[in-house]
Amino acid sequence: MSAMALFGQLLLGLINGSFYAMLSLGLAIVFGLLGIVNAAQGAFYMLGAFFAWMLGQYLGIGYWPSLALAPIGVALFGMLLERTIIRRVYNLDHLYGLLLTLGLFQIIQGLFVYWYGTSGQPYDYPDALAGGHNLGFMFMPNYRAWVVVASLILCFGTWYAIERTRLGSYLRAATENPTLVRAFGINVPLLVTLAFGGGVALAGIAGVLAAPIYQVNPLMGGNILITVFAVVVIGGFGSILGSIVTGLVLGVLEGFSKVFYPEASNMVIFAIMIVVLMLKPQGLFGRER
Amino acid sequence: MALDISGISASESKSGSLEWVAMAVGVIILIGAPFVIYPVFLMELLCMALFACAFNLLIGGGGLLSFGHAAFFGGGAYIAAEMAKMYGFTFEEAILAGTATAVFLGLVAGVVAIRRSGLIFAMVTLALAQAVYFLALRLPFTHSEDGIQAVPRGWLFGLVDLKDNMAMYYVCAGIFFLGYLLVRRVWKSPFGQVLRAIKDNQPRMISLGFPVDRYKLINFVLSAALAGVAGSLKAIALGLATLTDVDFSTSAAVVLMVLLGGLGTLMGPVVGAIITVSMDEYLAGIGIPVPVVIGVIFCFIILVFRRGIVGEFLYYVNRFQNRGAR
Repeated sequence: MSAMALFGQLLLGLINGSFYAMLSLGLAIVFGLLGIVNAAQGAFYMLGAFFAWMLGQYLGIGYWPSLALAPIGVALFGMLLERTIIRRVYNLDHLYGLLLTLGLFQIIQGLFVYWYGTSGQPYDYPDALAGGHNLGFMFMPNYRAWVVVASLILCFGTWYAIERTRLGSYLRAATENPTLVRAFGINVPLLVTLAFGGGVALAGIAGVLAAPIYQVNPLMGGNILITVFAVVVIGGFGSILGSIVTGLVLGVLEGFSKVFYPEASNMVIFAIMIVVLMLKPQGLFGRER
Repeated sequence: MALDISGISASESKSGSLEWVAMAVGVIILIGAPFVIYPVFLMELLCMALFACAFNLLIGGGGLLSFGHAAFFGGGAYIAAEMAKMYGFTFEEAILAGTATAVFLGLVAGVVAIRRSGLIFAMVTLALAQAVYFLALRLPFTHSEDGIQAVPRGWLFGLVDLKDNMAMYYVCAGIFFLGYLLVRRVWKSPFGQVLRAIKDNQPRMISLGFPVDRYKLINFVLSAALAGVAGSLKAIALGLATLTDVDFSTSAAVVLMVLLGGLGTLMGPVVGAIITVSMDEYLAGIGIPVPVVIGVIFCFIILVFRRGIVGEFLYYVNRFQNRGAR
């Protein structure tokens, strides 16, 4: 085997890992605030890619504006769903929240499969990032380098926003004790909606970033969602930084296994999940709650 | 507020006579149905209903919502089909082989999954089922996208030729009915009581000295085994095992059946399966995307109809009876 292939797969693993990290971050934020696992997260990832593709296809808007517009669209759509539908199950058993968002996921994915089929639409690299560099030990496509850098910045930016800013402190306080935070005059329902929008937007950005690497396919959300669930179980819903690290590491491990034993690469994350559950059921970074 | 799965403990015991009437009507329908409706469709329906009962055993007993029951259904289906087709297993042997596979998978998945509960349990079962799905996709004997087709039905005990649709139907009906009685028996047994007590207050049951994890695991394996019976039966009766049997849409479909019929009610899964399977059949004919309709029903049930059809019915019967008593 060549070092080129090895590093190529590791890079792809790192990219996948950063998508896992972004999606599980969104899940962790919403879970922390509401105790709900948002199964529609995969649909928002798919929507991000599709919005970008539609902006290009129907309005001729290029990659860079889409990178901002598509996630905003996804966030608005997510906040609309949160305000009108998802809000209604906050007081019920949280399994109902999972089931409800699963229903929403099926509606969104089903509609896009109905409209666009399952064959996938190609989405082009932006011109500025065409080509690549030979680093000696591997060939580095510019676009992939950009995706790694951009998603790392986003992940750690999110971490910074939650752990180090005033708004983030409100968010963390509302996670601990929403009633008390409300008593201080902070509009918690609005905060929840915004946090939901933020979590969903992360999935949307991941979708746009993924669009040129993979095709824009209505089924892309379902495939990644189940893996992200496993990632979340492995990491535990404890810390923001934990979600990021777990996502990245698992993505790289998955890429690594693709080099040595491709047939098993899909199973690696699930195998790790089993081991972690046996040894540390609350997850690597989880707290018992 | 917890999941609405009070049906079994409260409502149905009070309306005992009602249950017997419903069961008698059910048996009559079960016997008469193939003279009115195409038997092969009914076989599929019965297998899905049995699958739903198996799923319901898990959630009604322990309050555990599994998102990966297709693994046991499909795992059973694949092995039963392979054994009947390639190794010349008889009908009974193939069903047993499929069920044994489901028991094995259930044991492995159960040991891992019962370490968590609630949401995380659902996510873990989903992930484990995905691992089984990838196995089914990759293993050579499953023929990937094609699945295993043209599985021979064989003979029942070497006596009855199951190629005859009526004979096959009544075998399905018999197995379904036994499965239904088994779920009923488990729920009304001391074992079922312990499971419900664990669901209500696990720390107390631990301190009372019950081996909580073992109870949960046994229930999980039992549920997986019954799902395996349903899957094996489906593979033999319809003559095929495909990737659909193990994929997430099947896991979601069974959740929908049980939700629609009423979580934790005995009859609920059956009613839910009848509606869901018929709807699938009807919608496939007129070209409306099925997943969208399923998603809409999901949301509708959770927002306004959480007791499900049978649950809602029992709720009103109960209220009516209580008013009479006062």
